[in-house]
Amino acid sequence: MSKIGVFIETADQAIKKSVAGVISAALQGGEVVGFVLDGFAESYRESLGEYGVTELVNLTAANIDFSKQPEAAGRALAQGANAFGISSLLGVSSPIGNDLLARAAMELKSTLTLDCLEVNFQENYVKKSHFSGKAIATFEMGTGTHVIGIRPNSFDAVRNPVDCQVIDHDMDLPSEDAIEIISVDKAGTGQKELTEASVIITGGRPMGSKENFKLLDECAKTLDAAVGASRAAVDSGYAPHSMQVGQTGKIVSPKLYIGCGLSGSVQHFAGMKTSEVIVAINTDKDAPIFTKSDYGIIGDLFEVVPALTKALKE
Amino acid sequence: MRIYVCVKHVPDTAANIKIVSNTGYDKEVKYVPNPYDEYGVEEAVSLVEKKGQGEIIAVCVGNESSVNSLKSVMAMGVHRSILVKTEEQLLDSARTSKALAKAIAQDRADKPDEADKPDEPADLIFMGKQSVDSEGMQTPYRLGAELGLPVVTGVVDFSMEGALARVQREIGGGARETSTIKMPCIIGATKGLNEPRFPKLPAILKAKKKEIKVIDISTLEIADDSQYRLKNLEPVEERSNATILEGSTQEIVDSLVKILREEEKVI
Ligand SMILES: Cc1cc2nc3c(=O)[nH]c(=O)nc-3n(C[C@H](O)[C@H](O)[C@H](O)COP(=O)(O)OP(=O)(O)OC[C@H]3O[C@@H](n4cnc5c(N)ncnc54)[C@H](O)[C@@H]3O)c2cc1C
Ligand SMILES: Nc1ncnc2c1ncn2[C@@H]1O[C@H](COP(=O)(O)O)[C@@H](O)[C@H]1O
Repeated sequence: MSKIGVFIETADQAIKKSVAGVISAALQGGEVVGFVLDGFAESYRESLGEYGVTELVNLTAANIDFSKQPEAAGRALAQGANAFGISSLLGVSSPIGNDLLARAAMELKSTLTLDCLEVNFQENYVKKSHFSGKAIATFEMGTGTHVIGIRPNSFDAVRNPVDCQVIDHDMDLPSEDAIEIISVDKAGTGQKELTEASVIITGGRPMGSKENFKLLDECAKTLDAAVGASRAAVDSGYAPHSMQVGQTGKIVSPKLYIGCGLSGSVQHFAGMKTSEVIVAINTDKDAPIFTKSDYGIIGDLFEVVPALTKALKE
Repeated sequence: MRIYVCVKHVPDTAANIKIVSNTGYDKEVKYVPNPYDEYGVEEAVSLVEKKGQGEIIAVCVGNESSVNSLKSVMAMGVHRSILVKTEEQLLDSARTSKALAKAIAQDRADKPDEADKPDEPADLIFMGKQSVDSEGMQTPYRLGAELGLPVVTGVVDFSMEGALARVQREIGGGARETSTIKMPCIIGATKGLNEPRFPKLPAILKAKKKEIKVIDISTLEIADDSQYRLKNLEPVEERSNATILEGSTQEIVDSLVKILREEEKVI
């Protein structure tokens, strides 16, 4: 049976929510081996066993803090994949996941598919978006090792309890790297991460100010949703770039996407059209967004959103 | 200093893409320089302006019409260009990066810059974080592997401190990561790095006279050993018209909540 590796992305000693879906995707290809880079494999053993990880490898190297040395981290993942006979290495297509998977792929001289929407190990193909979400491309992967980053929320996480065993794997890696991460500024955080959310409520240009975004925050609270913004809203200074959804912002796939005062631009849709249900709120009955959404409300967002918040609280 | 910028010639993101014969698309659409690459170009141009010296060379792998994107970036301030000419436009990123690496190496051998040593890599290579057509997100890493240079992509802030570059990337949830990279290095640019300039007419006219060296990809002898193949392209079905909810605001939100809870089961 093939072994599929999964990079277990963590932050502050917690597993990223989207990792579970990646494990479910990996299980379709064989037995799943998880790779942990922060040294805390033991504390993740139980929850990963719930999703079907049979072996959990604690990758370590003396004198190296992988969170500060992305090149060493990529090398470690590649060495781990080789040592455990991995045929494909998967991870979450997040900023950190993409970076480390790409570095590992260069070490492994493998194929690389990032932001992958579908993977089929039996028929050996992957699918991903092309032309800003306007087309889906299918790639035949060929022989050899494959490294694949999965778009968050594109695979449902399915429970599949197994016994999970932790294996320590210490490596000898060069300690000097060309890249060194010197700090991480979390000042802009406190927002709920867009790519991980199952509900997103987004504001466009008519939001008009930073303060008005509180209206969306209120509504988001009732749904445990994340708040997004269009580029027009970001460029006008109403929201930080980290909240931007779209081709030049975050690519998201929530179950529910509520767009408030969005015209429905191609570039915005490039980042959210794979959402399960899209609801549009717009004053203009002819706004293009109404031709690409599931449900439409013709109305002023400043009226509709507070009413919706109230209805959700009830 | 010498800076290379990699620029891909891509369909405008607003263009309608018509898929033809499974793996191709109708090329009769508006093309532009890849938007992310423009952030790289702008960064290179403003760096050279600030330093008062330096040469910027754009490199593109693409078909004949790619000269238009090269002219656009030369109007922004790039000094000259190299086009590695190919037949098709949707290229494999492994092949593309080998072509970029060979073109850059050849250029350095042919035109050594007096300030630097031709046997050493260029000072800086700016690329974009991703192509808006094939969305590969990997050519910078591949070029880095070909040239033996460190790579950081998704860069929103860039500065130089001696032999080090200092960059920032966004790593999710609003957090920003700052790192240092030994130069020479490859930077993958993204939105936030700068505001690309709109060239004025005199710059556009001047750009028409700038050099574009054309190399046929076959002369670079790149082995086509990749088995990773595009098998199929299919258009994404747009949703059809939305169901418009009618009534008073109260009635509308009540029915929406009911639909989302009971029919769609998404909340
Ligand atoms: C290369 C490139 C990349 C891009 N990347 C992105 C990206 O990542 N993300 C992104 O979002 N955009 C992106 N854009 C920009 C995109 O083309 C649009 O300009 C942008 O998405 C428009 O934002 P908007 O819908 O908020 O504003 P508008 O297009 O101005 O639409 C506002 C809408 O709100 C409606 N409205 C007005 N008042 C109200 C009210 N009170 N209540 C309800 N509705 C109201 C109006 O009828 C209108 O339809 C990109 C563009 C380019 C060229
Ligand atoms: N054919 C090409 N010619 C020049 N540069 C390219 C080409 N393909 C990719 N690149 C560069 O690599 C970056 C990432 O591309 P990709 O890996 O295709 O998403 C782009 O933003 C460009 O800077």
